[in-house]
Amino acid sequence: MTAQEEMSCKELVELVTDYLEGALPAPDRARFEEHIRQCPGCETYLDQMRHVIRTLGRLTEDSVPPAAKATFLETFRNWKQARGS
Amino acid sequence: MNELKSRLTLADLGPSLADEAPDSLAVSEEGALIQALRNGDEAAFALVVNRFSGPLLRVAMLYVPSRAVAEEVVQETWVGLLQGIDRFEGRSSLKTWLFSILTNRAKTRGQQEGRQIPFSAFSAAECASDEPALEPERFLPADHSQWPDHWALPPRSWGESPEKRLLARETRAYLADAIAALPPAQREVITLRDVEQWTSQEVCNALGISETNQRVLLHRARSRVRRSLETYFEKAQG
Repeated sequence: MTAQEEMSCKELVELVTDYLEGALPAPDRARFEEHIRQCPGCETYLDQMRHVIRTLGRLTEDSVPPAAKATFLETFRNWKQARGS
Repeated sequence: MNELKSRLTLADLGPSLADEAPDSLAVSEEGALIQALRNGDEAAFALVVNRFSGPLLRVAMLYVPSRAVAEEVVQETWVGLLQGIDRFEGRSSLKTWLFSILTNRAKTRGQQEGRQIPFSAFSAAECASDEPALEPERFLPADHSQWPDHWALPPRSWGESPEKRLLARETRAYLADAIAALPPAQREVITLRDVEQWTSQEVCNALGISETNQRVLLHRARSRVRRSLETYFEKAQG
């Protein structure tokens, strides 16, 4: 596929991650962006991918269980005592 | 958010280090923190525990069969940190070092619990198979006269404010399930990259995979998660 050739939607959805990772060579990036400008379906698709990624970054684990923290601090105090500092 | 949470949990620890809990440590800050750890500063340890326990636990869960074992592995990691801090030379970041202690212990435990398949083996297998981002039926045929390989069934909008829907408690629980259901190598990469916000370099180093394979796995994982959310939203719309 040459740089001038138009990108298809099927090709674009496979290149979304490379695009977002900045791993697309310049000519492909240009074709990608050119396609997005003209294709509402792909624009929506890219948008949804961005939303998914942002949301994943906000999935948080329950905070540290207090019991685990207490055990750790005990481990810490023992360690400190043992090394005599 | 992580940052907010660490601020909240650190607030009751009091000491000055706890007042500033940025998401990633600046080099000078990291040096000060390591020095404080060596000096046996309990507040510094508490800070590190608060910042890394959640991420360590999630990564440990990738290797061992249960949450209880994962918690033990995290405890062992703290012991490893204490035992090694005097010898830690700062060639890698504190985070990278901590996670390398964790993955070593988790792998050992995983083996003992009979759950260890080398990451390189299943990740290579996952990469080798063909896996399109979407079902082929979503696109027009390649020999279509006007729009070859263009959308037959384009994605439907997720509404005016998708953030709100995405952050709803049910959606987040669903997202967590969607990740849990991924093939193991994809699950590991998306957990580290998108949930834990590691850089691709950190992930490649920790897992011993190439940049290219890392991207393939990340792409497939994200594509699956998006697809699964699409199904979820469509069901919700009825």
